[in-house]
Amino acid sequence: MPAAGQVKGRPNAKVRSDAIDLGFLQEVARATAGDSRLEMCIQCGTCGGSCPSAADMDHTPRMLFAMVRAGMRDAVLRSDTPWTCVSCYLCAVRCPQEIHIPDVMYVLKAIATREGTVPDSTAPDFSRTFINNIHRYGRSFEVGLVARHYLRHYLTRLPGMAPMGIGMVTKGRIGFRPHRIKGRDGLRRILVRAAELEAEA
Amino acid sequence: MTRFMYYPGCSMDSSARAYSDSIDEISRPLGIDLQEVDDWNCCGANEYMSISQTRAYALISRNLALAEKQKDGTDTLVAPCSLCYLNLAKTDHYMGEDAGLRVKLNTALGTAGLSYTPGSLTVRHLLDVIIEDIGIDAVGKAVVRPLAGLRLAPYLGCLVTRPDYADRWRSHEHPREFDRLLSVLGAEVVDFPLRTDCCGGHMTQISPATGFELIRRLVDAADRLGADALVTTCPMCQMNVDAYQGEMNRFFKTDYHMPILFFTQLMGLAFGSPPNKLGFGTELVSARKALAKIGVEVPEAPQPEAGAVPGAARPRREKKPQGLPMPRMSDDGEQPR
Repeated sequence: MPAAGQVKGRPNAKVRSDAIDLGFLQEVARATAGDSRLEMCIQCGTCGGSCPSAADMDHTPRMLFAMVRAGMRDAVLRSDTPWTCVSCYLCAVRCPQEIHIPDVMYVLKAIATREGTVPDSTAPDFSRTFINNIHRYGRSFEVGLVARHYLRHYLTRLPGMAPMGIGMVTKGRIGFRPHRIKGRDGLRRILVRAAELEAEA
Repeated sequence: MTRFMYYPGCSMDSSARAYSDSIDEISRPLGIDLQEVDDWNCCGANEYMSISQTRAYALISRNLALAEKQKDGTDTLVAPCSLCYLNLAKTDHYMGEDAGLRVKLNTALGTAGLSYTPGSLTVRHLLDVIIEDIGIDAVGKAVVRPLAGLRLAPYLGCLVTRPDYADRWRSHEHPREFDRLLSVLGAEVVDFPLRTDCCGGHMTQISPATGFELIRRLVDAADRLGADALVTTCPMCQMNVDAYQGEMNRFFKTDYHMPILFFTQLMGLAFGSPPNKLGFGTELVSARKALAKIGVEVPEAPQPEAGAVPGAARPRREKKPQGLPMPRMSDDGEQPR
């Protein structure tokens, strides 16, 4: 859904000039590992034309990158585009400027998560549940993740999913006990230190 | 025997058990020796990168550090899951390219007495190793029960050939190597134009309408081409197309029945392994009819250990699908494409 005060397909409508942050391009580029090449975008639209989920996005990637460059920080961080990206890298291998598009999408998601500007989406909550299981066990815990997520966000989907759930159980494809790695304490130390280093930057 | 370091990934002992079992089964005929990285952790899938970049890379780098420490006679780290493969390869790549990231990650790893030198491992997907190191000809020579009569749609998914940091693939969109691999097993391989299209990844969890449409495109294309099954190289693709095909069918009011199998299951079959050792029967969209074409009987799914699953012994009666609340449909009321 377009953010409040925003018209779908017309992202510059009602953007006030005092809400412009010209440093945003640099902020995003810096937060991306390696050289994002985001500043090299020539607005050709190959990304959006290649994207399998573009039809469901508030803004095509091309439009979103123009908004990043225009300093429309708030509108970008409220766009559902990064959350609709399926990370298939088709845009990345087709981009004539070799921009690391999916990596930029991850960075935009991480900033939006940190600042609480996530659009109407269950995605951040799914990510948080997923990583909480990693913090706890060191491994992913599929059944715990899916159970919590569906109970919280998709109660209405559950009846329709019963056959699938039963199938997964009876076919032995669900591990009911999480696997705990031995080096959990070490892993936690690594992640805590990484968080500190990220905050310092 | 060719030795490789091995990072199985979290799905291998649960939802993708068929992949794990069949890899065990084909290792001997292929002459590969997979040494599992000791005490590996989750790669974070698609989720950690959406929360914190540095922590996500740090999480992945612990696996690289453990593998580097453990390496013995090989520098190659093999992952059978496309997303694990991408995450490991990406972290190795960016640690090499980005000195700032390298210092940060090694500082974080240092708190657990670990470190990683980028480039000291070569991260590769299992399919790539089988095609390039073992060789398609060698695979063909191991075939004792050709899959003649089976029509297969080769489905690589997106992340095996993309972004391809090491330039391993001749084509990122229409590679033919996987087609050739399935051909030497004796199967008839359809020219599947969606071979590197996306299955939707975690979209079935966070944005079902988007996810279902991507699944529909895949099974529809395979169905139109008269394929008996899709063949996959990734636990995530298998899970999406297999486990969510029923919900996708209800969403679009369609009736597709397109099984999706791991390429290693079909290799095992062609190498003469019994179907019950290859995880057949654990797929939710049954491959029974497809495999009957080549005279292979799909076994009943192996029952989980007694006591492991509360209430699993008596599956409840299926509820009627009619009249239940559905996820959102397209706004304009048109039939979805």
